[in-house]
Amino acid sequence: MRHLPDLSRRRLLIGGAALGAGAVLTGCTSNDSGDDDNNAQVNTGNNNANAAPGKQVTIGFSAPAADHGWIAAITNNAKAQADTYSDVEFKTVEAGADAAAQRAALQTLISQKPDVIVLLPHDGKELNAFGLSAMQAGIPVVNLDRAFPDAKAYRLQIKGDNYGMGVSAAAYIVAQMKAKGVSAPVIGEIAGMDELELTQERSKGFADTLAQAGFRVANRRAARFTADTGQQEAASLLQALPKLDALWNHDDDQGIGVLAAISQANRSEFVMVGGAGSKAAIEAIQADNSVLKATVTYSPSMASSAISLARLIAQGRGMSDLVELQVPKEITLASETITKENAGNYLKLGF
Amino acid sequence: MTTTQTAAPPANEKPAETRSWWRDDASEPLRRNLALFAVLILLIIIGIATRPDLYSDSTWVRNNIFTILELASVIGVVTVGMTFVIIGGGIDLSVGAIVALAGVWSTTLATQSYGAGGMIFCALAVGIGVGVVNGILIAYGRLVAFIATLAILVAARGLAAQISGKQTQVSTNTFINDIAANDLLGIPLLVYILAAVVAAGWVLLNRTTFGRRTVAVGGNVEAARLAGINVKRHTLLLYALSGLCCGIAAIMLTSQATSAQAAMANLYELDAIAAAIIGGTLLSGGRGTIIGSLLGVIVFATITNLFAINNLSTEVQNMVKGGIIVAAVLVQQFRYKSLSQLFNRA
Repeated sequence: MRHLPDLSRRRLLIGGAALGAGAVLTGCTSNDSGDDDNNAQVNTGNNNANAAPGKQVTIGFSAPAADHGWIAAITNNAKAQADTYSDVEFKTVEAGADAAAQRAALQTLISQKPDVIVLLPHDGKELNAFGLSAMQAGIPVVNLDRAFPDAKAYRLQIKGDNYGMGVSAAAYIVAQMKAKGVSAPVIGEIAGMDELELTQERSKGFADTLAQAGFRVANRRAARFTADTGQQEAASLLQALPKLDALWNHDDDQGIGVLAAISQANRSEFVMVGGAGSKAAIEAIQADNSVLKATVTYSPSMASSAISLARLIAQGRGMSDLVELQVPKEITLASETITKENAGNYLKLGF
Repeated sequence: MTTTQTAAPPANEKPAETRSWWRDDASEPLRRNLALFAVLILLIIIGIATRPDLYSDSTWVRNNIFTILELASVIGVVTVGMTFVIIGGGIDLSVGAIVALAGVWSTTLATQSYGAGGMIFCALAVGIGVGVVNGILIAYGRLVAFIATLAILVAARGLAAQISGKQTQVSTNTFINDIAANDLLGIPLLVYILAAVVAAGWVLLNRTTFGRRTVAVGGNVEAARLAGINVKRHTLLLYALSGLCCGIAAIMLTSQATSAQAAMANLYELDAIAAAIIGGTLLSGGRGTIIGSLLGVIVFATITNLFAINNLSTEVQNMVKGGIIVAAVLVQQFRYKSLSQLFNRA
């Protein structure tokens, strides 16, 4: 107790410093760059017969809480596309951290009586039952990217082509190796989260297509779709393969870390192919100043398309370019290869 | 200035024994560290046996050592803080989340506009700040450490996601990015940072009253309190120290990945606890060494490296890691039965 006056002065100083630091820090949470960086991918469809306003509809939307760029872009795109329609009311629920949380969130969505639900499930298998019950209740379900096993559980399924991504990446690498005259190339692969089916499909497409050319993957590391794990796995892979001819990285977001590891290791003797098609990756390919020479798309623009199609389904209209009176049941996007030559066209689709 | 005059002796220390400091806490930690070192040698021998083509190149071997140490550097810094918390009788499950929050907060466009100094200050201040919140909840709010830090884990990851808008924030600051890319005298800068943190941690634990009090508080809280240690304030400082280590780790990890995001440093709490445990830190507190924790981290990093150079999958690697943790804890249980007894029987 005898030190109390001294302590209180010190506490005042420390407390004041802490408050000051806190005040400075809270000012540092902004990510607003000042310029308009809203790069959502929308189709404003000026000359499109489908763009004409129709019946007023409510679209319910649910996607997992985003922890990386691709999912964040999905949610942003869906919202931005819905905003372009005067006849759409857009209701979104955060899907929380897992399938159970998403199921609960979807129940609150149903109680708001949407005309159609657009859903990116945590796991297609786990939410299959929800799709079935919503369809039976007369609410069409648009499954975004993660398929339900049961065909009765959805009205429309729109998804990317994971196997095709691997095929496209391998096809590009095979062509590059043939052009360079490398007969037995050393090929590395940085996969995404290994427990996801989509990662397995991508790797299978990659390995199958390489095998047709007589090539194989020399080393495969699985990261977790984050830049820091991408860096660690790439550092390990580069150490394991002192000489490398080609590298496929499944995801451009984790690719930030992969490219960091490559420059930290001072390596540049190989060509790298990315995945998904982020804006940064497309810009790097266009600038052509790193090992990244191509990326294969898995575009979150599919969320924009899903909203457009959900609106047509709710309004009972078909796609104006097609003969059919209704929207088709399944759409799988092609995985396109972006190189320096066509990067300019794809910049607007980068996320 | 301080309210206590003498550091309390560790509760279980035999009185009136005049031994020099390195034998003081029994030679058992030293033996354990030697055992870990033997495991390390074994792993390297397995590496040489499975990939003689790589190990025959001396430049490659040198690079590989630094690759392992760089892989161990971030988690190593976190583990130093974790070791203090565990020795002090607590646990900090929020370290991974603090690294992510500090990383994200220090790479917002607003923070990056203040340059490298601003980013480093921000990361350290956020780390210490969250650590202090942990400490207040545990020491003054009387929450169980497991619960309090679990709550902060969830909240800090949430805040990180909120600040980052769930996007990956790229660091455009070349000074920060160069930390992971540059060497000094042929040794990567990250390895120097790890060495500095480990050295500071060692001195703090072994050569200061703060360190001795940590052991006392973790060994027997009541005895430490009766000996005049301000247990609450000390507990608060331990969590702040862990937070500081997370802040340093956040800068290192941001530099390595040249970016930060809310999901970064995933499950680092488990890696740090595991490394401390196999390094001989008693989960119930009162015993542990910084060197043991460092060796624990390096053993795990070497296993990862061994699996990478042999192109083995992560699943198998995780099973092996789990096995090593179980083995280490089993050995720990034999501790009181005296290892020498076991050896004599053999």
